[in-house]
Amino acid sequence: MNLSQSVLEFLSGDVNAKRIVPPSGFTARLTAFTAAAMAFLAVFALALSLATHRLAERWSGELAQSSTIRISAPLEQREAQTRAVLRILETTPGVATARALPPDEQRALLAPWFGADLPVETLPIPQLVEVVETAQGLDSEGLRLRLSAEAPGAVLDDHTRWRRPLVRAAERLNLLGLGALGLITLTMAAMITLAAGSALAANREVMRVLRLIGARDTFIARAFVRRFTLRALAGSAAGTVIAMACIWALPSVEQAGGFLTGLGFAGAGWLAPLLVPPVAAFVAFWATRFAALRALKDIP
Amino acid sequence: MIELSDITYGYDGSPLLNGISLDLSPGSFHFLTGPSGAGKTTLLKLCYLDLKPAKGTITVFGAPSEKLGRDAIAKLRRRVGVVHQDCGFLEHLSLRENVAMPLAAAGQDPTQHDAEIDELLAWVGLARRADALPAELSGGEKQRAALARALILSPDVVLADEPTGNVDWEMSLRLLTLLVELNRMGKAILIATHDLNLIRAAKAQVTARVLRLRRGQLDVAGVDL
Repeated sequence: MNLSQSVLEFLSGDVNAKRIVPPSGFTARLTAFTAAAMAFLAVFALALSLATHRLAERWSGELAQSSTIRISAPLEQREAQTRAVLRILETTPGVATARALPPDEQRALLAPWFGADLPVETLPIPQLVEVVETAQGLDSEGLRLRLSAEAPGAVLDDHTRWRRPLVRAAERLNLLGLGALGLITLTMAAMITLAAGSALAANREVMRVLRLIGARDTFIARAFVRRFTLRALAGSAAGTVIAMACIWALPSVEQAGGFLTGLGFAGAGWLAPLLVPPVAAFVAFWATRFAALRALKDIP
Repeated sequence: MIELSDITYGYDGSPLLNGISLDLSPGSFHFLTGPSGAGKTTLLKLCYLDLKPAKGTITVFGAPSEKLGRDAIAKLRRRVGVVHQDCGFLEHLSLRENVAMPLAAAGQDPTQHDAEIDELLAWVGLARRADALPAELSGGEKQRAALARALILSPDVVLADEPTGNVDWEMSLRLLTLLVELNRMGKAILIATHDLNLIRAAKAQVTARVLRLRRGQLDVAGVDL
């Protein structure tokens, strides 16, 4: 029998096994609600984790493939040194493009601190040269040596100093999201074990009678496991759908900008939350099976 | 089929049964008597491995109980039909479903045994009550239903704990007749009862050994009643 047949058989259920457990409204609602709430949180944790992963990759990629050269020279030498730097860059392997930032762009960069009317042309503000690297990247140390020889006022900043803490922060957020997912999974397992334990305690006499008429532990456990697994599956499916709808309704990055609005799924990432209900059902299956077999150990 | 050898069992340190030996062979018919609290139910529970003895050996269908795992015990219990004093039904299931439950527990499809279930219910006089819930049954009906459930897997041994405890004399005789019929089919029967009239009534129908449980000891009270 293959896996899909086993799953179908389990879902369709042994009509005799599933009838042996009396209906229990409270534990049914508790299990479904717990699964729904945990699935809702799991989808958000997943979204956080995926978003921070994307962010880390973007920051890492974008900053890793660009550098800035800062030319701090007297006003009368600035233009000559800028031309020298651009010439050096033209012959430097690993440089895709290089350009000196025009005064408008430099003004825009400084505007948040000094206002929009800053006369950058007349002030001893360093000239910035933006360097975009090829996929292979450039030899930073070699370039620094050439710059110090031919344009003494030029300093290469390959963004390493900025990039490392940013990427580290994003990676830690990613780990935090994954940790939250693990915690949510464990909490769900604990809650379902408790709910199953309550149902099992309430049905101890049923289990005892079944043992005495010759039922094996797996037969008795299966009835409880199937019920709790299906409840967890249904509850987590509902929680997942609601969470996905909430995330879909969040403002997009383009609309609002900023990090938090980047929380969500992109492209095939929307398929990731669909894993939450099967995982919840898997957790419920093993949590209930563990609780049922443990409870049965006390019954001869 | 079930053999108890030098069994000792007690609760909270005080022995209830002391050095008990009993052999339930095919076709045997035993009554187990004794005052309340003498240990009749305990002895029956030891027979179907619901309790473990403090000392001694229980052999069920040739297998020593101490070597049996939980699955093996479950399988052996399918060959031992037990009529419990409290009947022990699943209250949310109909009488018919309760009677069919041992089939499901044994991995069989009860719908394939509809005719047998109908026949058995008719045999114990409950054909019309098949869809009733246990709570809707009288004491006597429950006892008969418990007997039907005990027999659905055609066990080799029938153990009955006060099967006539909740029924009138007429019904007691009817249940006794059912058990005697089973014995004639070769089943080993052990009935725990304190109803001496029932034992006397059995005299006309079957050769039975009467065992008396007193002060932890098992004595033969009478042979060929």
